[in-house]
Amino acid sequence: MSDLSSYKKNFLVKALEDMVLIRRFEEKAAQMYGLRKIGGFCHLYNGQEAVAVGSVAALDLKKDYILTSYRDHGHALAVGMDPNVVMAELYGKVTGCSRGKGGSMHMFDAERHFLGGNGIVGAQIPIAAGVAFKQMYDGDGGVTLCYFGDGAIHQGAFHETLNLAKIWKLPVILIVENNHFGMGTAVTRVSGVEDFSIKAAGYDLPGKTIDGMDFIAIYEGIKEVATDSRKSGTAWLLDIKTYRYKGHSMSDPGKYRTKEELEAYKKQDPILQLKSRMIDAGFIDDKAYASIDEKAKKRVNESVEFAESSEEPALHTMYEDILA
Amino acid sequence: MPEIQMREALRQAIDEEMARDKTVFIMGEEVGEYNGAYKVTKGLLDKYGPKRVRDTPITELGFTGIGVGAASVGLRPIVEWMTFNFSLLALDQVVNNAAKLRHMSGGQLKVPMVLRGPNGPAEYLSSQHSQAFQSYYAHIPGLKVVAPSTPYDAKGLLKTAIRDDNPVVFLESEMSYGWTGDVPEEEYLIPFGEADVKREGADVTLISYSKPVRMVLAAAGELEKLGVSAEVVDLRSLRPIDESTIYASVRKTNRAVVVEESWPVASVGSHVAWMISRNCFDDLDAPVELVASEDVPMPYNHRLELAVQPTIEKIVDATKRVCYME
Repeated sequence: MSDLSSYKKNFLVKALEDMVLIRRFEEKAAQMYGLRKIGGFCHLYNGQEAVAVGSVAALDLKKDYILTSYRDHGHALAVGMDPNVVMAELYGKVTGCSRGKGGSMHMFDAERHFLGGNGIVGAQIPIAAGVAFKQMYDGDGGVTLCYFGDGAIHQGAFHETLNLAKIWKLPVILIVENNHFGMGTAVTRVSGVEDFSIKAAGYDLPGKTIDGMDFIAIYEGIKEVATDSRKSGTAWLLDIKTYRYKGHSMSDPGKYRTKEELEAYKKQDPILQLKSRMIDAGFIDDKAYASIDEKAKKRVNESVEFAESSEEPALHTMYEDILA
Repeated sequence: MPEIQMREALRQAIDEEMARDKTVFIMGEEVGEYNGAYKVTKGLLDKYGPKRVRDTPITELGFTGIGVGAASVGLRPIVEWMTFNFSLLALDQVVNNAAKLRHMSGGQLKVPMVLRGPNGPAEYLSSQHSQAFQSYYAHIPGLKVVAPSTPYDAKGLLKTAIRDDNPVVFLESEMSYGWTGDVPEEEYLIPFGEADVKREGADVTLISYSKPVRMVLAAAGELEKLGVSAEVVDLRSLRPIDESTIYASVRKTNRAVVVEESWPVASVGSHVAWMISRNCFDDLDAPVELVASEDVPMPYNHRLELAVQPTIEKIVDATKRVCYME
């Protein structure tokens, strides 16, 4: 486990705040889904918070970009999107980031360089390489982070992209958010290998495995890899081992895993880990943490109020946002 | 006015737009060193270099997706598919991303890209390599779809496609790359959504697009000998489609035959026939006819493959039916 002493308090507090906000946001989203305020597929991020927050913290989103899968609420909040517009999008309201047209799976914030929210497993991988293509084309030193689940690793899109990223020197960092299940199917049942980072070697690209429950490990890992990628145009494949506490989506009771396994991961909870290390290092105390948590809960409640009080999209808007 | 081949008209359009705008680049299988499988990109690698004229591995989904991503952040990719038969491998990126990113993001993103290559039956290629896929793409909101029939239209429409801020599916024809036609030296563009009346007539409207237009014009010549004056409407653009030119012509002639080389079920042609029936019902003197390919996969045997497709004879026969000449 890496050392906290070289970090500034503000940086760590911000990271903890972001992770707690995501956790509380997802809990609220689950509650509102139960009340039928939110419909459709709703893939929650509980347990994986360190991945989005740790990696985004390592970027410069003035020139870098991120793209992810349908499990995208955490990334949306990590890039600094207003919880109001994320919750309003879950509600399908016109004040949502995608004007109520995208829903849970399609959060976007072009200004913050967050390009979605993709509902087809692995489809964002070549798109992310295309964004990196622009960065290579312009030579602007930017990198693109692309997140996807372990379920996406067997898609052709993934393999085709690794090869293209290699031959064209695209500064794209491919991140397997390996939560060990593609929906209800354990990784071990559908993959010949468990360590996905070795798949990079087949395309002569570097790969790396990172502990996805450790914010610092993720932050430092991405920082290092992004520095290399900016400089050399090397694409990277990272296997970030994490765990989702909830089902694949809200409709999944998660019967394919044991309670013991879930509890074991909860003991390594990324928020509790960072919190206790920050307390040990003297950055915060329990009271300060309680106030971070209160602030997050309040913010999330405000987002619900905002979504509740927002207007439904007018019917004519169905004809908008199709062609530029 | 110089008479040039279709492939040269397309090349000129790409060349002129690449010279005009540095964000335009082209990628695809064999577009660079090989100078294009059908020589549409001849000389472009030498002129613009490998950064902007990019040979790809055989990986349609991957490089089409890269095009979508590059377009979403400001480049203007031209993706060349060696044929539309291979575009099926990239269909997810076209349907679910190129056509949807703007929508799913509530209008935050745009995807200015051109997806082009030869479409439709060729010769002696059997069923995987002789297919007309326009209906697949014309079905999708969020795409624009064009299908020129002459070098003049091809150049003007391709320049418009490259400048358009949306994904444009640009359907060429393998058999027509060598066709020649007059193309002016001065610059011009042809807007989407404007059909072109390729021949004026009074008795029947023949509506077509892409490669079959030439056959339809030949059929109109045959019909002239039978005393039937046929007007030929070339749609050029399938999405958006120029309804007013179609209706104006049908309201003048009171008869319509739609001709296309794709399969007839749920096709662009069957849609056009429905639109005419719906909007020109009181003007029609006969039910609208549709001459499409036979509803079968393309056989290799030449006699069979020609029999599968529209022919002058089939077009003349359909016209006779709407004119009650049988």
